[in-house]
Amino acid sequence: MEKPRPLWDNPLQFVFACISYAVGLGNVWRFPYLCQMYGGGSALLSCYLAKPSGEGKKKKVLMAVGQRMRRGSIGAWKMISPYLCGVGVASVVVSFFLSMYYNVINAWAFWYLFHSFQDPLPWASCPLNSNRTGYEAECARTSPTQYFWYRRTLNIAPSMEASGALQWEQALCLTLAWLVVYLCILRGTESTGKVVYVTASLPYCVLIIYLIRGLTLHGAVNGLIYMFTPKLEQLANPKAWISAATQIFFSLGLGFGSLIAFASYNEQSNNCERHAIVVSLINSTTSIFASIVTFSIYGFKATFNYESCMNKVILLLTNAFDLEEGSLTADNLGAVRAHLQAAHPQQYAELLPQLRNCSLEAELDTAVQGTGLAFIVYSEAIKNMEVPQLYSVLYFFMLLMLGIGSMLGNTAAILTPLTDSRFIATHLSKEVVSGLVCFVNCVIGLIFTMEAGNYWFDIFNDYAATLSLLLIVLVETIAVCYVYGIRRFEKDLHTMIGHKPSWYWKVMWAFASPLLIISLFIFYITDYILTGTLQYQAWDATQGQLVTKDYPGYALAVIGMLVAASTMCIPLGALLTLLWRWLRRE
Amino acid sequence: VLLLAFSVVVFAHAELCKPDAQNAFKVRLSIKTALGDNAYAWDANEEYLFKAMVAFAMRRYSSKSTTQISNVLLCNVTDRVSFWFVVTDSAKNVTTVPGSEVEAAIRMNRNRINSAFLLNDKTLQFLKISSTISPPVEPSTPAWLIVFGVVLCLTVAGIIFLIVSGIQRRKKKNKESSDTENLEEKCEVTVTIENGIPCETLDLKAGHINGVYTADDERFASL
Repeated sequence: MEKPRPLWDNPLQFVFACISYAVGLGNVWRFPYLCQMYGGGSALLSCYLAKPSGEGKKKKVLMAVGQRMRRGSIGAWKMISPYLCGVGVASVVVSFFLSMYYNVINAWAFWYLFHSFQDPLPWASCPLNSNRTGYEAECARTSPTQYFWYRRTLNIAPSMEASGALQWEQALCLTLAWLVVYLCILRGTESTGKVVYVTASLPYCVLIIYLIRGLTLHGAVNGLIYMFTPKLEQLANPKAWISAATQIFFSLGLGFGSLIAFASYNEQSNNCERHAIVVSLINSTTSIFASIVTFSIYGFKATFNYESCMNKVILLLTNAFDLEEGSLTADNLGAVRAHLQAAHPQQYAELLPQLRNCSLEAELDTAVQGTGLAFIVYSEAIKNMEVPQLYSVLYFFMLLMLGIGSMLGNTAAILTPLTDSRFIATHLSKEVVSGLVCFVNCVIGLIFTMEAGNYWFDIFNDYAATLSLLLIVLVETIAVCYVYGIRRFEKDLHTMIGHKPSWYWKVMWAFASPLLIISLFIFYITDYILTGTLQYQAWDATQGQLVTKDYPGYALAVIGMLVAASTMCIPLGALLTLLWRWLRRE
Repeated sequence: VLLLAFSVVVFAHAELCKPDAQNAFKVRLSIKTALGDNAYAWDANEEYLFKAMVAFAMRRYSSKSTTQISNVLLCNVTDRVSFWFVVTDSAKNVTTVPGSEVEAAIRMNRNRINSAFLLNDKTLQFLKISSTISPPVEPSTPAWLIVFGVVLCLTVAGIIFLIVSGIQRRKKKNKESSDTENLEEKCEVTVTIENGIPCETLDLKAGHINGVYTADDERFASL
């Protein structure tokens, strides 16, 4: 007789698990970036228009599949059609790649968190050079926060070829991150169910604190105004819509198999329809909420930098022309400059190259996304607040919670099919399997702690999940709608939740989703073909900024392998099943 | 004669102390930035104090008590407040003390000079004399390692606790299930004997067949 499948203690745990998985770092750092690039209003608009047609229904499908089949992704797809076992395997492979590199972010969050217990914060000022007459050269060329990130945290190599040595501090943090993840998944749903209460709710508490603090900061209003003014010309830009669609798509974590895995631990009678809608709504609201917080912080940082720039210009002019202290202010700067130019033209001309034109718009326009936003921009804003240690601890703890929440989903996607397989379940216990998975991922993840590790991280971040995921979700949607049959699915939903889905859902599943995904897919392929070779951003220590370089040959090979490894599983799976059947028939 | 001597002195003064003169240093004060509302006005008394501090610094440095306040010459005082100063040598006439000596003397006593004016290195600037910046305080063990150690110990303790309790629970369950198994076997045996129905005929398949799993043995076998 089969062992009873472990269940969530109550449906709330399932919802929290999905929220914890779906609301991740992407909501905090990718959505605000989109808002900035394409103008806040237009991003919001496009998101709201694309969302109802996009995620809710896909989520519902995946949840329903998992709940009905009560299996992880491999088993679930096998039940729909034996030729589709490749889809399940592809999901697991993608999740495996994802968990390999995603935990490095948690390691960085740990690093910053531990360094927040110092006064003053280590990224508040530059360290001194060897003879203590000034600041260290590299730090003087950029800002202390960038120096701390590129030199102290990553110790980044100037290019990908110079791979450098393993950073033991980062390796330690990565090991700790994996130990924490192992602690959470050790007991399966029993432990995961309790952990997600914390990882889902704590980020909201911190976001609320930051909202209150952010809105009361000097200059926050500038950021908010900037966020809500739409860049109308960007609405016509197709890239804006596509980025919005991609963001929605990936932020929900469809196609990773995590949703199927989580849903498989549900009771059959669970109302997955309502849960799907709830989770999608919460995801979108969180993105907007996080953007409001981020933009008030942006506004504060931009205003602070703008005022420092103005003060520098004022100081320069005051010193050069020996004007009385305090006579030159931001208001009369323009007039005084004109006067000085007329009165002392030669001296003014000499000074002109050093007088930067300070612009608040320019400061607000510096769009950063991803790790740059989370670790550089935010830490820069935090160091200028009062009691920076408190806010720093809160912020990085929130990042950690978000990251661990997503990691739980990723590892669930890998472990559920493994523990479902009878072969593994009889030989190894759950704890050992989880331990093995964590150990293997940790060892491979050590690559990302080398000096050139961040470049490899970018490769994984950009290519491990994007194309393959689109393909997987496309195949999944087509499989459920056409191979399994939409009528059978309807009936299953009817048995589970008590009523049939409306025609709106059916149309969306059958036509709109596949169309949307295919168009995204085509766009990405054409974009890659048009831009030609792939490039990456390398940190140049001598200039103190990022420069663009071409990927070396072996890096391109790795990218190809990443994409191929997951996408090839689908046809390979079908082929193998065909072969197996043909052999059995003979 | 007096007038002549006076004019000579003034002339010498003008010659020795002027912007970019040899061995002359420019000083810049930012009193309002440092003190805000408590800022004092820069007047002749403050200049006198400055001359006194420089003379003091020269005396301490060279430890020959020959530098007088009158040896320090100030000129070109602006509204900024900035001015040039030069230190003359009382032994030789109409010459200035070499800039390196003055620089070393000021460097040695920078703190005292700053405190006399309630300013610091940034607000009382001697251009051309670079100041050493004090490094931030570094504790012997980096703070982050301590926090890291704490979190690591807690996590490892949690993992060990969960693993051990899991093993214990499984042992208990195994013992219990082996007990109940013995009981069940006895029951089954009695049932078989009493009812005369062998257990093998109890068909599991007589249960409710789930319509989803349409007859395709493939699916079950390959799991």
